[in-house]
Amino acid sequence: MAVIIEQPDAPRSRKGAQWEKRAWIFMRISGVFLIFLIIGHLLVNLVLPERGVKAIDFAFVAGKWASPFWQVYDGLILWLALIHGTNGMRTLVNDYTERVWLRKALNTTLWVTAGLLILLGTLVITTFDPCIDPNVHTYLPDLVCKG
Amino acid sequence: MSTAVESTKEIAAVPSFTVTLFVRRFNPETDSEPKWQDFDVQVFGTDRVLDALHKIKWEQDGTLTFRRSCAHGVCGSDAMRINGRNRLACKTLIKDLDITQPIYVEPIKGLTVEKDLVVDMNPFYQAYKDVKPFLIASDKPEKERLQSPEDRARFDETTKCILCAACTSSCPVFWTDNQYFGPAAIVNAHRFIFDSRDEAAEVRLDILNDKEGVWRCRTTFNCTEACPRGIEVTKAIAEVKQAILRGKR
Repeated sequence: MAVIIEQPDAPRSRKGAQWEKRAWIFMRISGVFLIFLIIGHLLVNLVLPERGVKAIDFAFVAGKWASPFWQVYDGLILWLALIHGTNGMRTLVNDYTERVWLRKALNTTLWVTAGLLILLGTLVITTFDPCIDPNVHTYLPDLVCKG
Repeated sequence: MSTAVESTKEIAAVPSFTVTLFVRRFNPETDSEPKWQDFDVQVFGTDRVLDALHKIKWEQDGTLTFRRSCAHGVCGSDAMRINGRNRLACKTLIKDLDITQPIYVEPIKGLTVEKDLVVDMNPFYQAYKDVKPFLIASDKPEKERLQSPEDRARFDETTKCILCAACTSSCPVFWTDNQYFGPAAIVNAHRFIFDSRDEAAEVRLDILNDKEGVWRCRTTFNCTEACPRGIEVTKAIAEVKQAILRGKR
């Protein structure tokens, strides 16, 4: 007599089952982007200006953010680096904490901090007003300030 | 006759020396904490760590507890941490270790110690069972299922696993989080996922796409280094990750 073996479970598609996969893919893609973004950032801010790090002042930042290109560029670094770093920390926390409450507390702290930093950074980039400097026209002659 | 005498001399000429073994002992009936105990053992250059443990058990302290069955690197019973590395005691020649120093022997990490070098393997086997380590096929063949040598070669590496737990218990993620499937379970899933006769690759990939599945792997390569069968475990895990991303084998 033939023995009939039932088929084991069909694939499960649980809610949230894809989360870890997406996080893993995000880490790879954002990592590649960050390599180029950060090398470019270091070149433009530290290597190319004649006085190196000493060149960075209010005027330098105002000059950069007058261009939408650098606003998007810096915004991308901000978002990608913070999410990438926080997710990396999350995996460390998951690897090394055994108590559930501690894991939850640490992960919540991480994401709240990252969220606040992203919010603050994005606000600064998008609402930056060079006109608060009375001498702004010495380095941004084309700028039109209201009032 | 003379050749027989000579060969006997040669056998006797195998160098013997004394080594000190520090063994991590734990008796659940009397101890609250494991402790190190040292033994001096006279061994030959041809002896393995398992032989030294046998000598201790048979000649010095019969209460020393450890697992071994075949004693020849096939059954996978005697995986232990020798000088900080996961190895099979039956495949580790003492002369290959630094015998000027004591040899430290402990149970594998990440699993509950039951006594001395014996650990509770149930969580390990449970992870193995969870990936459905058996052929799943819908047809009921009258004769054997044929497979081309190329298709067989695809998963040849992972058929070598002897379930000794050396890889899983060398994994830092597994040490702190026993929920992780662990390298051994993923290796055994790999063995069926990439088998052309098997039809449940998607079921297994779905199981390993879990929160505690392949994405917890940090590619530290501890498992590849630990495997006494030379399986490239981290590579097998990476292939399973790739298969999940593709959605098929």
